[in-house]
Amino acid sequence: MTIEMIAIVVAGITIAIGSVGPALGEARVAASAMEAIARQPDMAGTITRTMFVSLAMIESTAIYCLLISMMLMFKLGPLFETAAETAAP
Amino acid sequence: MENPVVFNIGPVPVTQALFATWCMTAVVLAAAGVLRLRLRAENPCWAQRIVEMILDWLGDEIEAIVNRDARPFIPLIASLFLFIFVSNLSSLVSPLIPGFTPPTSDITATAALATVVFLAVPLYGVTMSGPIRYMKTYIEPTVVMLPMNVISELSRTLALAVRLFGNIFSGEILFMVILSLIPYVVNEAVVLTVVPLAFQFFIMFLSLITGAIQAYIFAILATVYIGGAVKTGERKKEEEAAQ
Repeated sequence: MTIEMIAIVVAGITIAIGSVGPALGEARVAASAMEAIARQPDMAGTITRTMFVSLAMIESTAIYCLLISMMLMFKLGPLFETAAETAAP
Repeated sequence: MENPVVFNIGPVPVTQALFATWCMTAVVLAAAGVLRLRLRAENPCWAQRIVEMILDWLGDEIEAIVNRDARPFIPLIASLFLFIFVSNLSSLVSPLIPGFTPPTSDITATAALATVVFLAVPLYGVTMSGPIRYMKTYIEPTVVMLPMNVISELSRTLALAVRLFGNIFSGEILFMVILSLIPYVVNEAVVLTVVPLAFQFFIMFLSLITGAIQAYIFAILATVYIGGAVKTGERKKEEEAAQ
């Protein structure tokens, strides 16, 4: 198992775990917003806007995980490879 | 991930993403210029109606957030929104044009947009509530919170850039991954080729929605940040007037 393979496996684990948390969080936010709109339809505009902003905030956690996994796959994997090659002649 | 250089202007290399950003800016500017020439108060053309509708709606949104006249904010927020919206929508045509990727799927473009917001926050804060009152918002509620306020200012700029980039870039990646699946499927059964192609259609539809929502979110977050700087300044002004 080369270091590049490990990097790819870790990238998969990263995005898998990193997307579960935000998904649950966003589901809660959406459910609460629905409930709030059902209770107070007059405030639908404000609630929707606030919901979008908070969804974006929560989503950025998943985006960070995505970035890390992409770095592992595209950047760090080959980087590790060359480092391993130079370290072990 | 790699960013091929198209050509050099002196010592500065112009990458593909930068060139795409320029093209997109030119498209938006040209559309704005043509519309400007055809502005009419009576019997406006359909394009003018659409743009007026968007600007009206954005103005209402901004007014609801900052609780004051939206007019000083509209130029910045609306141009941010329109540019991001058009570049996100260009992800639909990017597979057709070789070497073209949407500008917002590159971290440099989104970082530049986030930097604009980062600079606009103190600019609006200072012009609307004075430099001293604006600087005071950094030591709210106590002086101990100064580093926290500075860090939050920086981290939210980073988050703004990374959020837009990540969303659009992940759409592009998904598109490419599904495209690369087609040869494997063709080897098994030609009929199954329909499956990735149909899936591709849904992915494009999804990226359309994501692009629109991300443009909206970027504009709204920029408004919230600027409105925060302006509003805290305003509150200080009211407190001093009350004393």
